[in-house]
Amino acid sequence: MSALFESIRRVAALVKKELILVFKDPRMLRSLLVPPVIQCLVFGYAASFDLNNIPYALRDADNSAPSRELAAAFDGTGIFHRVATVENPAELATLLDEGKILLFIEIGPDFEKSLAAGRPAKVRIATDGRNSNTAATALSYANEIVRSFNEKKNAASGIAQPSAAAVPRVWYNPNLETRWTMVPSLIATLTLLQTLLLASMSVAREREFGTFDQLLVTPLRPAEIMLGKCIPSILIGFVQATLILLVAQLWFGIPFEGTLPPLYLGLFIFLLAGVGMGLFVSSVAVTMQQAMLYSFVLLMPFMLLSGLTTPIENMPDFIRHLTWLNPLRHAIEITRRVYLDGAGIGTLLPEYGALALIALVTLTASSWFFRRKLY
Amino acid sequence: MEETRPVETAVLAKDLAKSFPLGKQGRVQALGGVSLAIARGTLTALVGPDGAGKTTFLRLVTGLLAPEDGTLEVLGLPMPAGAAEIQRRIGYMPQKFGLYEDLSVQENLDLYADLHGVTGEMRKARYEKLLHMTALAPFTGRLAGRLSGGMKQKLGLACTLVRSPELLVLDEPTVGVDPLSRRELWEIVTDLVRDEGLTVLVSTSYLDEAEKCGSVVILREGRIVASGAPETIRALATGSSFVMVPPSGKAARSLQSVLLDRADLCDAVPEGGLVRCVASSKEAAESLVGSGAKPVPPRLEDGFMSVLHADTVRAAPQGLRMEKPFDTAERGEVIAVRGLVRRFGDFTAVDHVDFSVRRGEVFGLLGPNGAGKTTTFRMLCGLLPASGGHLEVAGMNLRSARADARKKLGYVAQKFSLYGDLTVMENLTFFARAYGLNGARRQGRIDWALASFELSPWAGTAAGQLPGGFRQRLAMAAALLHEPEILFLDEPTSGADPLARREFWKRITALSEEGVTIVVTTHFMEEAEYCDHIVIQDAGKILARGTPAEVRALAHQEKGRAATMEDAFIAIVAEGRAGKGAR
Amino acid sequence: MNRMEENRTAATLRRLRALIRKEGRQMLRDPSTILMGVFLPVLMLLLFGYGLSLDVRDVPVAIVVESPSPEADNLASGFTLSPYFAPVFVRNMAEAEEMMLARRADCIVHLAGDFGRNAAQGSAQVQILTRGTDANRARLIQVYAQGAVAMWNLRRIDRGLSAAAGPVVIENRLFYNDANDSHYFLVPGLVVIIMTLTGAFLTSMVVAREWERGTFEALFVTPVTSWEILIGKAVPYFCLGMVGFALCVGAAEVLFSVPLRGSLLLLTFGSMIYMLVALGMGLVISAVTRSQFLASQFALLTSFLPATLLSGFLFDLRSMPAAVEMLTHIIPARYYVSFVKTVFLTGNVACVVLESLGILAAMATLLLYLAQAKTRKSLEK
Repeated sequence: MSALFESIRRVAALVKKELILVFKDPRMLRSLLVPPVIQCLVFGYAASFDLNNIPYALRDADNSAPSRELAAAFDGTGIFHRVATVENPAELATLLDEGKILLFIEIGPDFEKSLAAGRPAKVRIATDGRNSNTAATALSYANEIVRSFNEKKNAASGIAQPSAAAVPRVWYNPNLETRWTMVPSLIATLTLLQTLLLASMSVAREREFGTFDQLLVTPLRPAEIMLGKCIPSILIGFVQATLILLVAQLWFGIPFEGTLPPLYLGLFIFLLAGVGMGLFVSSVAVTMQQAMLYSFVLLMPFMLLSGLTTPIENMPDFIRHLTWLNPLRHAIEITRRVYLDGAGIGTLLPEYGALALIALVTLTASSWFFRRKLY
Repeated sequence: MEETRPVETAVLAKDLAKSFPLGKQGRVQALGGVSLAIARGTLTALVGPDGAGKTTFLRLVTGLLAPEDGTLEVLGLPMPAGAAEIQRRIGYMPQKFGLYEDLSVQENLDLYADLHGVTGEMRKARYEKLLHMTALAPFTGRLAGRLSGGMKQKLGLACTLVRSPELLVLDEPTVGVDPLSRRELWEIVTDLVRDEGLTVLVSTSYLDEAEKCGSVVILREGRIVASGAPETIRALATGSSFVMVPPSGKAARSLQSVLLDRADLCDAVPEGGLVRCVASSKEAAESLVGSGAKPVPPRLEDGFMSVLHADTVRAAPQGLRMEKPFDTAERGEVIAVRGLVRRFGDFTAVDHVDFSVRRGEVFGLLGPNGAGKTTTFRMLCGLLPASGGHLEVAGMNLRSARADARKKLGYVAQKFSLYGDLTVMENLTFFARAYGLNGARRQGRIDWALASFELSPWAGTAAGQLPGGFRQRLAMAAALLHEPEILFLDEPTSGADPLARREFWKRITALSEEGVTIVVTTHFMEEAEYCDHIVIQDAGKILARGTPAEVRALAHQEKGRAATMEDAFIAIVAEGRAGKGAR
Repeated sequence: MNRMEENRTAATLRRLRALIRKEGRQMLRDPSTILMGVFLPVLMLLLFGYGLSLDVRDVPVAIVVESPSPEADNLASGFTLSPYFAPVFVRNMAEAEEMMLARRADCIVHLAGDFGRNAAQGSAQVQILTRGTDANRARLIQVYAQGAVAMWNLRRIDRGLSAAAGPVVIENRLFYNDANDSHYFLVPGLVVIIMTLTGAFLTSMVVAREWERGTFEALFVTPVTSWEILIGKAVPYFCLGMVGFALCVGAAEVLFSVPLRGSLLLLTFGSMIYMLVALGMGLVISAVTRSQFLASQFALLTSFLPATLLSGFLFDLRSMPAAVEMLTHIIPARYYVSFVKTVFLTGNVACVVLESLGILAAMATLLLYLAQAKTRKSLEK
């Protein structure tokens, strides 16, 4: 019993030392707290698939009242900006090639006639498909404008409705803002980035400065040293996660639908898995530079295969199954669902389970390597 | 190219000054008005305590730093304007020579040969000579990072000497180098001065090296306190140098420790079983003679110590008192090593080593670079598992009772290895807690450490900001917090100046009187004289063991003249290697 | 006089060769450099090429047909045939909602009980419900679902079953990317990430490493000039970056059959200029920080992060708020991405190419000049 007590005291000493190191050096503290916030802001503003500005060119071959009305409908959105009005369809190529426009809208010469005759009046839209995603998004906006134009026209003229009208509705993110998707995912992503680096570097630093040997000649056992390295990293991870959570709510104003316990429970298991990986890296790396590079190389696939920027659902089956091994995937799932759907602990049990398994594996593996490398 | 006017002085400094920012406020004056002329074709040594400004002076000469005040001419060119030209014409070996560790010996040499434009026949001839001189020929394909410390230094020197520079600047070229390699390195340098008329400026903390130079400059706190030929410096101690015989049954170091406390003596150091001391005045000399001391001819170090007498007084530390001294009467075996083996792959670093250390002993582990000392040492502290053999420390098997055994030992690494960002107080508190000290006892031990090592004024300073000597004190204090039975010190005096070494050994003597067992490695052979027992290890095997006198005697029979510890060491290692070669 | 000049040039070249050889060897011998410079690009290529995609395909959709009717079946078959959807038919909304919550469906298409009757009268409604947790994906699903409904309307007009399909119909054509494939921009765009990583991130540490290991002190006291040191550092990493470039272009052409509509020569030339910019950034960061840890942190924040987020590689610049968009004008990767995408998917468009390369060349000159100014052969801060 007293052996256990002594052991706890030793771990506490180590944790205290780590925390003093972080909190007394303002540079260190800054480097732990400022980058996550900056990254969160940059991601929140820049990492968006939504379009705010769609430059387009118009060729109105009809030049009739309804065609001008349609053009006005585009211009009135505030998103579509007409940068050119052209006469010659050949100009289309140059404008698209030079990247001046994203869309080219061409209203045919018989637009008014077709409308009057009740035939579909065709509007041709050419899209710059270099970024297929942007193109699809721009097109969806154009669709929406034409749809509301049609509705108005139909109502006004009393022409029969189409057989069916699609009425879209969106759950959890009514305005379909990428930011709503992105920022909650950052709670998991940025926290992993920092804890992995912190855990791997803190051991690599001790190795490089020779303080590790000094630790090893004290009665501290390898398991105690590991614990002493894990706990501060997890604590700091929690602080960073909370910081990003605050930025999401207070700065970006994204409503938090869930409750805190399922979020922090998920983060806790996730941080365990992340710290396990960090300690694993630290037992492989000899220098701080290597720890940094290895962590980075490890992080890239984790981030790419997490669903952060490209949806898991779009991946081929094989890779989709592979992502089950990715702790970040589960953590993002948890943060998004708790944040946006308001999911509770009950519905997230599969994710917690997967994370717990991953944490178990990384911690066991790293403690084995850690011990082996030590002695 | 314009004819370079031959100048008689290689380096001419006038009121040279340089300071560096220290912390947020203030600056530290590294050099405060140094005036100096170094003639061409001479070998000049720059000596002085830590922080005297030796490295700063050398960096100014090489144009790596710009003078703040005063003037400096190197090879007739004013600095820093002529820096680019000077860097083309001189050779410089920094304290930590930056070998590219992931390049091989040959590749490092090639790089510097190409950079200096040494090509063709000239290059071939030069390589042959350098590889021969440095005995690196068999290792040209080896990565520089895999060389032992001494070989690295020799390679650094070889890289600096790929062509004959007009001026060769060496900054502590022999720190961490064993006596064997040290002797070889100096032979290379002195040969160059003799054969090629090279001008050499070298800084060193080994006074026996300075003794080989044409002139010696002693710096202290950024100023020159003495300069001249070695004889001139030596003469300062004429009639003041004596040796004393320690009372029978007492170690020479105990007598030395007593003598060091005397304010009227400049120095006391064990030498060949006796104690050499330097009197600061006529009266002191007379009183020494009165107590049976015999006058001896002075060495350079004696002169050096008399010049720096003021510092010796200040540096003399208090004795160390442990709360409960270990029973020195009970001289049991505290470390037992039998058939210890450590292999790394095919390579056997430690090959069936046996020795034992008794309680309260000062035990020295000596050997050339790469002999397996460090490996042995790390196994003793439990930092490295043994491949085979029996190892018992403080009555415990390190394998089965590691944590408990560790409570009984303290460890001071070669490199400063406490947390540089934590303050002195925080470091002490952390290690006290890591050793399981709590409450009043922790406070008591920390107070003891601050007082005994005179660290109180520094308690709030970050350990990384401490001056070199204080860092070492802190490292020792941290290792002694839990009152270990055994203290391990790995090359504790490497790179330290003579004053710091005296101070260090005085503490060790005090500790051993309290019954603490001390295990120490060192490259300073004269320091073996402080030990009760030593072993000399090479190529993983023990070549000699015994008291310093016994080991000296081994060489005595060989050479037939009074040998110093260094002579004995070199003879023993050479013999060991020859024997191995014959087999 | 001439001879002396010649000698001097020969000596400079010899020193350069020696420095390049040394740096190249160090680079090749460090496992972490190779991991970063070769393994990571290959991994990212494979992931981006085979794994990641922004294109929506086979969306699990729950189609609720409350009471079957020919009209409802006909509409639902439009979903079945679409490459975008993988429909599951359910009978009531509750079941569908459960599927949504359990993540077994990403979209609900709800045909109410009176759909058949209303459709015949021309006043039916189809409710399309998507989950917005992933906004971009949700939007695309919505577009495709609406498209499926619109197609059904058109089919009915053609068969004379319906009077009008709404007066205005959009006929769309996608330029440059007929396959509507996100690999068309992801794979070429990856070049910018890989070159930035090698040029700025890896290089940022190599000068700092020499400061930290103290190898500069000895190197400085030789005849080398600071330009020679910088060129010696830059050349091997330049080559490593171009290897990454070749890997990307090769993979784009061979594995993922992305068309290269402009000239390869121009693409290579432009990439070399960008590589110089990246190297310049790395060298400046390295020379200023003199610490590997700081340098790497700094390089990540100022080069890698902007190259990923603010270059237009993944996220369109048109998506950003005006202030952030303004900021992207100082980010070299932005110009390079625009150059790469144009040369790959459009061709040698003079005005885009000249503008991007002009700006990049100016940036390269400025950065390399700064790097040289900051790498003085002196230990003074």
